[in-house]
Amino acid sequence: MLHCNPMTAPGATRMLDYDFMRTAFLAAFLVAIVCGPVGWFLVLRGQTFASHALSHVGFAGATGALLVGVSPLAGLSTGALVAGILMGFAGDRVAGRDVMIGLVLSVTMGAGALFLHFLTQSASAATALLFGDILGISKGMLGWLALLSVGCLLALGIMARPLLFASLQPELAEAKGVPMRLLDVLFLALVALATAECAQITGVLLVFTLMVAPAATVLRLGVAPLAGLMLSALLALCEAWGGLVLSWQTDYPTSFWIAALGGIGFVAAGLFSRFVMRQTT
Amino acid sequence: MILPALEVDHVTLARGGQVVLQDITFAIPKGSFVVVLGANGAGKTTLFRGLLGLEPSHTGTLRVNGIPVHRGSPAIGYMPQMRKLVGGQLSGWSMVAAARRGQKWGLPWCGRAGRAAVKAALEAVDAVDLARKPVGTLSGGQRQRLLLAQTLLDDPSLLLLDEPLASLDPARMRETALRIHTLAQTRGMTVLMSAHDINPLLGLMDHVLYLARGKALLGTVDDVITTQALTALYGAPVDVVRAGGRVFVVAEGGGAALQPHDCTGGHTHA
Repeated sequence: MLHCNPMTAPGATRMLDYDFMRTAFLAAFLVAIVCGPVGWFLVLRGQTFASHALSHVGFAGATGALLVGVSPLAGLSTGALVAGILMGFAGDRVAGRDVMIGLVLSVTMGAGALFLHFLTQSASAATALLFGDILGISKGMLGWLALLSVGCLLALGIMARPLLFASLQPELAEAKGVPMRLLDVLFLALVALATAECAQITGVLLVFTLMVAPAATVLRLGVAPLAGLMLSALLALCEAWGGLVLSWQTDYPTSFWIAALGGIGFVAAGLFSRFVMRQTT
Repeated sequence: MILPALEVDHVTLARGGQVVLQDITFAIPKGSFVVVLGANGAGKTTLFRGLLGLEPSHTGTLRVNGIPVHRGSPAIGYMPQMRKLVGGQLSGWSMVAAARRGQKWGLPWCGRAGRAAVKAALEAVDAVDLARKPVGTLSGGQRQRLLLAQTLLDDPSLLLLDEPLASLDPARMRETALRIHTLAQTRGMTVLMSAHDINPLLGLMDHVLYLARGKALLGTVDDVITTQALTALYGAPVDVVRAGGRVFVVAEGGGAALQPHDCTGGHTHA
């Protein structure tokens, strides 16, 4: 988190001289402010595996889109969205069953492999989709990301309150008139879109790094819900930008650095809360 | 005539396609403290869900304060059975605050009125200090106090408490029962509380609602917990034994018909 502000990093002016770097920082901002808070609910509800599965369904969607000549982001979003909504409707019959999710995950990854087989430029496309290609994000893509982010944050702002209630105490929320099934579906649809966005930066295999790691870190610290949602967004942003800066300086992949920062943050939060606990008792 | 707090009129309730309570009728006067007894699967939780408007009645009507039941009624404070904890890292305050008007759309923002309401509810159960700690570090009894605080948020006139004494040790059971009783008396609330063991509640309750074989029997302890009344309800010989100021309901063959056997933690009952 030393690298929260790219302006303080050595060589920052040179780094931001490049158009693709400015685009990358903007894209990371748009993605992180959605992934943090959505991930907070994902971790709270214990549905992180579902998000992982959605990203894999999205992979099949993206490769399929490439095959028919459509933007992979559109394919990824559509694939994940359809899967998320279906998962929400199926409810406990599917969402809580790791065998079912694992099966969906492997079948869709297999389909993605098949689509790649038919593609000529398969190797580079596969790497970009699997591990992310933040430096290759175009201006047009940036527009789409902005649209998705605004939509996701609006949706989250509307449903955050009943979603929190339903997540913490489902029986009571149901009795108080919270539309449980509707919220399940809406939330998984939101997760699908956030996953699709996140995959642009981290790739489908590393969606966890921005969706789960910052949120899990903040939850570990026991921060109150509204502050926790905002802090998750902030931490996700720090890790994404930190990853970009470190990647610039070391020439290692951005995804690696974001993953590494996420892991370090999580462990540090654990040590910190244990230390505080010892001080207070 | 004073309107009863609760009227159940020829009601049939099912759970998972199976009829659990068949054509039951009773009325509970305002301010009553009623203990709902019955074996696992006798329909205690199903009755509560019916009163909350979550299980539609196949026949008859359920009324609370004269109004047919509907989902989300602020007149009812509900405490579900203790279950797996979600978000144990969050403070007790956050958990209670999430329940205040949690059904409204928008951000989980409390506001001054919200904070005052949460504080008042926590003060009523003496849990202001407890609420600062993460919920995951609290004992079962302490968590129960937070759940009880939540039931008070909408200032309800009827409390439905599903097994609030389950998984507490005997001393805590009596303490919790007394707390609920005092709270109900000072606020003039009607209480329906399910339990497995009648003994921690002796001397506190006005009525017993005994559920068995799809039927319901309402009355005072002396009317309902008798060998004749329970034998008729179960349709099988049941003995009521009073010893050392305690009451035991024993079925023929020595098995306890109303057993406290899973008070220590099983939550499988319907």
